[in-house]
Amino acid sequence: MSKETKTKTVAVALGVCLVCSVLVSSAAVSLKDKQEQNKQLDRLKNILVVGGLYSPKTDIGKVFQENIRPFIVDLEKGAVLPRERFDAVLNTDDFDIKKIASSPRYGMKIPADEDIAGIKRRPRYMIVYQVIQNGAVEKIILPVYGKGVWSTMYGFIALNNDLTTVEGFSFYDHGETPGLGGEVDNPRWKRSWVGKKVFDKGGNVVIEVLKGTVDPGSPKAAHQIDGLSGASLTTRGVDKLVRYWLGDDGYGPYLAKLRQEGKG
Amino acid sequence: MNKLKKVFWEPVFNNNPIIGQILGICSALAVTSKLETSMVMSLAVIFVIAFSNLSISLIRKHIPGSIRILIEMTIIASLVIIADQLIKAFAYDVSKQLSVYVGLIITNCILMGRAEAFALKEPPLKSFLDGIGNGIGYSLVLLIVGFTRELLGSGKVLGYSILRLETEGGWYVPNGLFLLAPSAFVLIGVLIWLLRTWKPKPVQED
Repeated sequence: MSKETKTKTVAVALGVCLVCSVLVSSAAVSLKDKQEQNKQLDRLKNILVVGGLYSPKTDIGKVFQENIRPFIVDLEKGAVLPRERFDAVLNTDDFDIKKIASSPRYGMKIPADEDIAGIKRRPRYMIVYQVIQNGAVEKIILPVYGKGVWSTMYGFIALNNDLTTVEGFSFYDHGETPGLGGEVDNPRWKRSWVGKKVFDKGGNVVIEVLKGTVDPGSPKAAHQIDGLSGASLTTRGVDKLVRYWLGDDGYGPYLAKLRQEGKG
Repeated sequence: MNKLKKVFWEPVFNNNPIIGQILGICSALAVTSKLETSMVMSLAVIFVIAFSNLSISLIRKHIPGSIRILIEMTIIASLVIIADQLIKAFAYDVSKQLSVYVGLIITNCILMGRAEAFALKEPPLKSFLDGIGNGIGYSLVLLIVGFTRELLGSGKVLGYSILRLETEGGWYVPNGLFLLAPSAFVLIGVLIWLLRTWKPKPVQED
């Protein structure tokens, strides 16, 4: 080891930092496009999975283009936002829930007593997707999110065009314990959502994720999902986030409007 | 040549970082619930440890003693960020599962340990080989633990069903304990026992 002088110490420190920062920033900059692409593709893939359009051979971009129509919905009014009001943050091409929820203009704080999903802030506007098959709207896909044990879980729920029957449910981003709460990714559990009814005849949110298993003989069985064993808190989180987003603070007004239009 | 070989093989078996030097246990617990994440984590650690050893050894004669730990940290942290960026770009699905653990390679004691104990004193080629050897030693344990935990915990290997689960119409009732971190402790303990039986450590006399 060399003899130490103050100048040398500072010079070596600066030199090392300079070289390291050049390396790190060039890696970050040169790989950024590829990473963004991955993220985008992953999001589209998840939408297709929930919409029942995905198989490993699917050309994700093409199928998405052909079968999925994105909208932005004003959650409070339940109205579709016209294209003219899109801007750099609020648009259907790169709708970023986290960014929009935290923006002062497009996001809002949720009062603590209404915040059953544990998310503190939410967007005033949300993106929703229609699944178009043979020219008709078959399903709608709604993004949902809420707190699990360790992480905020982001996912989609797909509803049939009767706006009540679940067609698909999946999380695309969560950090729950693999094997316990992480079983929200279990294909078998996800399939158990299909066919369940989220609303009763009066339009109230009645879907619930139980602690334990559903008794198939119970009159409420059509509204109930098995809990995940060993993951009570994640299960409760899923239960609450689904209720929150389908309720009046979430997509309630939009779904009510759609229902009216359907009848009228 | 023989010396170099020894530098490389020593940490793979005899002086394995996890089960010989008992370093880097934390990450070995966290990322081994599946074989795939263990594999990517192994590659990342081999990459980081080899290049951190190499670069620290290259400038070892210029590193002032008073800030040597800081310099080692800076180099290791930079390499870890680069590895993390590469994984995010080329293995996106795995990067989602590894989440924070790639970043936590920075705090993996093996890296600082090898930098301090080896790279600061030895020439670049030797340090590089020592890094790869230690990386492989670490990987070996990770892969064994990851394989066992995934097989017994979820009946799969690399996501393919090997033992058909009872819930999917098979016979195997998965042992949930293997998906939790403590099972890795047990497995690593068993590995240490096996290693020590195969190659007993000279008993220290006090």
